[in-house]
Amino acid sequence: MTFASDTLLIFRRQMRLSLRNPAWVIIGLIQPIMYLAFFGPLLTRIASSGMPGIPSHNPYGFFVPGLLIQLGLFGAAFVGFAIISDWRSGVIERFRVTPVSRLALLTGRVLRDVVTLLVQAVVLVLAGLAFGLRAPLGGVLIGLGFVAVVAVSLSAISYTVGLLLKSEDALAPLINMIVVPLMLLSGIMLPMTLGPHWLRDVARATPFGYIINAMREAFAGHYFTTIMAEGIAVAVGLAMACLWLAGRAFVRENA
Amino acid sequence: MAMIEARGLARTFRSRRHAVEAVRGVDLTVHDGEIVGFLGPNGAGKTTTLRMLTTLLTPTAGTGTVAGADLLRDPVGVRRRIGYVAQAIGATAGGSDPNCLVDEELQIQSRLYRIPPREAAERAKLLTGQLELTGLGRRLCKTLSGGQRRRLDIALGLVHSPALVFLDEPTTGLDPQSRSNLWDHIRSLRGDLGTTIFLTTHYLEEADALCDRVMVIDQGKIIAEGTPDGLKRRISGDVVTLSVSGDPVLARDVLARLPGVREITMDGRALRLSVEHGEEALPGMLRALDGDGITMESIQLARPTLDDVFLTLTGRSLRDDSRGADKAEPEPGAEPASVLADAGHS
Repeated sequence: MTFASDTLLIFRRQMRLSLRNPAWVIIGLIQPIMYLAFFGPLLTRIASSGMPGIPSHNPYGFFVPGLLIQLGLFGAAFVGFAIISDWRSGVIERFRVTPVSRLALLTGRVLRDVVTLLVQAVVLVLAGLAFGLRAPLGGVLIGLGFVAVVAVSLSAISYTVGLLLKSEDALAPLINMIVVPLMLLSGIMLPMTLGPHWLRDVARATPFGYIINAMREAFAGHYFTTIMAEGIAVAVGLAMACLWLAGRAFVRENA
Repeated sequence: MAMIEARGLARTFRSRRHAVEAVRGVDLTVHDGEIVGFLGPNGAGKTTTLRMLTTLLTPTAGTGTVAGADLLRDPVGVRRRIGYVAQAIGATAGGSDPNCLVDEELQIQSRLYRIPPREAAERAKLLTGQLELTGLGRRLCKTLSGGQRRRLDIALGLVHSPALVFLDEPTTGLDPQSRSNLWDHIRSLRGDLGTTIFLTTHYLEEADALCDRVMVIDQGKIIAEGTPDGLKRRISGDVVTLSVSGDPVLARDVLARLPGVREITMDGRALRLSVEHGEEALPGMLRALDGDGITMESIQLARPTLDDVFLTLTGRSLRDDSRGADKAEPEPGAEPASVLADAGHS
């Protein structure tokens, strides 16, 4: 099937480009590991003194899923910059004049971002284990599955916005404006249950809280719960919506 | 067979406040094996027309057949059959990724055209040889010189041996040497492979040096079309410059009466005449001046340049926005076509 082989073709090209300059992949990893090292100890103290929503026996089971989503928010959400420089060097247009599937120009890149983020996520989970994370393998794998689906959403939407704006100066503040509140409202650092009612209501209207809660369930070994079902529904729904929007932007005749 | 056939192509860009008619009803035909130049100042609609013909932009009106495929119904068919080299100025560059190796770029380009890997490698080798890129395969594109990078852009447009190639401002920004070198490559593309070439330029020298046929576009419309020589003859006539030792006013009156003389301007004792069929008019001019006892010091006949053509057509000079890379270069179109004649030599 040409779409699949085109996707692989673009994926391999992008992967080769990433590997040529792996500094960014490594820098992207340093941030969550710093959180693990410099914020984790505070969290364990809070947890051991009894904080509702954080399991006192396994605070990293609460913390690591949040960091995984944070990794995605600050990794995959910013890939739109790359599409702007590709557009600027004329690569996008050059590819669009060939018979290649225009959708594959998107999916090949998204696949690269998913793989990159999964590698980072595995490193982060291993680091978490070193700090004291305890989680069943199945739960960790489910968590990584969530990471992959979230990466699809964020990178697809980031490419779309990048392709439409074609300006780094506009993209950076826009993404920050979206990502920072989404991160704060998702309960990465502290459980949202601590917040007042209005804050919890606002948080319920954003997607990442559901996903993080489901990942925490998975890390705790609870696989067949309503929270898990909600998390899966939100993650998959978000990915589909983002892919649909991105697909339209990439396939339309005029870009 | 017509390689490109377009009727009424138009494109209007709409923003919230106003609509800009970038191209307003372009009809054009390009035949198999031709090199056709699309000439016009910046913003005339050259690139927009090219982007429509290469399926990068949907026309708001009009129809077309490009390389045998329908522009609107079968855009993928068009893409399969054409090569396209984008302009390397303004917001976007010519198409190669600065952080890719030259070989990688050639390889993936072939793969995008569904050429199997082994054949792709052969094509890459052949093209690097033809376009003087041998030995640069393991270099990052960003380390190439301007001329090398542009030749790579062109090689990328040729990996699938298309019968029709679009070159958008192929030599803009290059130094004069790289430029005339690239002209040679473009000529041999047609000469050796019979490739049809449609290029845009705002360099008159380029249109003059390369093209069998030129279409002049201004404000979204084609305002003139023909061979470079034909255009020059039809629109501007030849330019005769002479100086007399006697009374220039008398000389002007004598010359103004001759058939074929369109316009005379006087600057001291020098006269500049715009004349139809200059070489045939010269003897008559010499006789007339001699008959009235006017002594001539020198006379020179020059062909008009496409710049003169553009000036005549639009009232504006192309020169205004093509300054820069072409400063150092003499104008090939302006070489004196004829004699320095002695006065009283009849």
